[in-house]
Amino acid sequence: MTTAVIEVKNINKQYGNTEAVKNLNFKINKGSIVGLLGPNGCGKSTTIGMMLGLIKPTSGEIIINNKNIESNRTNILQKMNFISPYIELPKKLTIEENLKVYGRMYGVKNLKDKIFQLMEKLNLSEFKKRKTGELSSGQKNRVSLAKALINEPEILLLDEPTASLDPDVGDYVRSIIEDFSSDNTKTILIASHNMNEVERLCDEVMMMKDGEVIDKGKSLDLVTKHGRKNLEEVFLKIVRNEA
Amino acid sequence: MKFYRIYALYLRHFYLIKSSMPRLLDLVYWPTIQIILWGFISKFFTMHSDFYNHTAGIILSAAILYDFLFRSSISFNMLFLEEIWSRNFTNLFIAPLKVSEIITALTCTALIRTLIGIVPAIVLAYPFFGVSLLNLGPSLVLLLLSLYAFGITLGLFVVSGLLRYGPAFENVAWSSLFLLAPLGCIYYPLSILPDWLQMIAKLLPLVYIFEEVRSILLNNIVNYSNIVSALILNLLYFILAVFIFYSAFYEARKRGTLVNVGE
Repeated sequence: MTTAVIEVKNINKQYGNTEAVKNLNFKINKGSIVGLLGPNGCGKSTTIGMMLGLIKPTSGEIIINNKNIESNRTNILQKMNFISPYIELPKKLTIEENLKVYGRMYGVKNLKDKIFQLMEKLNLSEFKKRKTGELSSGQKNRVSLAKALINEPEILLLDEPTASLDPDVGDYVRSIIEDFSSDNTKTILIASHNMNEVERLCDEVMMMKDGEVIDKGKSLDLVTKHGRKNLEEVFLKIVRNEA
Repeated sequence: MKFYRIYALYLRHFYLIKSSMPRLLDLVYWPTIQIILWGFISKFFTMHSDFYNHTAGIILSAAILYDFLFRSSISFNMLFLEEIWSRNFTNLFIAPLKVSEIITALTCTALIRTLIGIVPAIVLAYPFFGVSLLNLGPSLVLLLLSLYAFGITLGLFVVSGLLRYGPAFENVAWSSLFLLAPLGCIYYPLSILPDWLQMIAKLLPLVYIFEEVRSILLNNIVNYSNIVSALILNLLYFILAVFIFYSAFYEARKRGTLVNVGE
C-alpha cells in the first residue's frame, strides 16, 4: 500500500489581483519521484515555496508527513531539503565550513563522518578547504547538492537542479539523484525545464499552466495520450494550446 | 529552542569573520578611530571648559559607550545583511530554524562582533587619554546591558524592515542610529533640549543612560532611578521589536518575499 507523504489540498495563492496558483490538488506517494513541468511563471516555484513554508497560501493546506506545514514548519523542515540554482551558500566559507554549519543546523549525528562520505561521493574532497565562491558552477552545484543531502532528507525538492550545467556534470548530478532515491524511501519533487531529465528520473509528471495542474501521469502515458513523440512535444502542445 | 541550531548560525558568522582579515580590521578600525578623535576633543574640553574640567574624559566615556551601542546595532544588522548579500537567505529559512532561534543567534553573535571592535578601543583609551570605563563602577554592567539591549532592539526594527521591504531598506540600517543620536543626549545634558523635545527624548532609554553616566562621573552619585527607567524602557521596546519582527516574517511569507529577498 502506498502512503501519501505530501498532500496539497485546494491551494490558492493570490498576489494582489494576480492568481499565482489556483485550486491546486495533488498527492505524492512515499518513495516516488515526481516532475513538475510548466512554462516560466506558471506557479511551479510558488508551489515549491509553499511546500517549504516560505510562502503562505491564501487558502488551502499542505500536509507533509501527516502534519500541516503552517503549524509544524520546523519539524517538517527537519526532514526536508531543497536545492535551487537561484540560492547560494555563503561564498566566503569553505566547502567544509558550509557543510559543518548546515550539518549542525539540521542536528546531524556523526557530522564529521557524514561530511566525509558526502565529499567522497560528490568528488569534493580535494576542494574541501576551498572557498565556495571560488568554485566553478559545476562544483558549486555539487556543494549545494551535498548541503541538500546532509540531513538525509525524506523529502527532497529540486528546482531546476541541472540548470546551467554542462551535459557531463548534469548527467553526474542526475546519477546522484538516482542513487539517493534507489532505496525507494525518499520522495523527490523536481521542477525542471529539461524534459530528458524528467523522463529519465520521474515516475510521474505534473503539467502546470497558469497556476493549475492541467494534466498528470507517467511520462509514457502522457506522450501516448497527447499523441506526441516525446515529453517535450507534449509540453509544447500544452503550452501553445495546440490541438 | 535548540542550542545546536543557534550555535550553527553563530558558527556561520564566526567562520566568516575568522577567514577575512579585512573584515576583522574593519571591525577594529572604526571604533579605534572614533576613540582617538573623541579622546583629543575630550582632552581639549577638559582643559578649556568649566563644566568638564572636574572630570577628565567624560566626553570620551560617552563616546565609547555610544560606540558600543552603535556597534551592537550595526553588528546585528550586518549579520542579517550578510545573508542577503551572499544569497544564502533562502537556505536559512528552509532550514528548521525558528524565528526565536534566529533572533537569539544574531543577538549572541552581534555581542561577540561588537566586543571584537570595541575592546581594543577601550583598552587604548586608558594609556592614551587616562580614561577608563571602570570609573563608572559596578553600574557600568547595567549601563552596558541597557545599551546593548537598545542596540539589538534597533537592529530588530531595521531587520524587520529588511524582511518586509527587502534590500531597499538597507540605507535605513546605516542611518537609524544617527537619527536618534541628537535626542539621546549623549554629549550634552537633557536640559539643553527645548522643552517639547525633552518630552520626546525622555521616551528613549539613551537619555537615562547618558544622564546617569554624567551623574556618576561629574557628581559621583549613582541614581538608580535612571538605570531602572532605562531598563524598563528597553524591555518595552524589545518586546515591541520582537513582535514587529514576527509580524514582518509573517507578512514576508504572505507576500512571498522570502524566496527572492536577495535579488
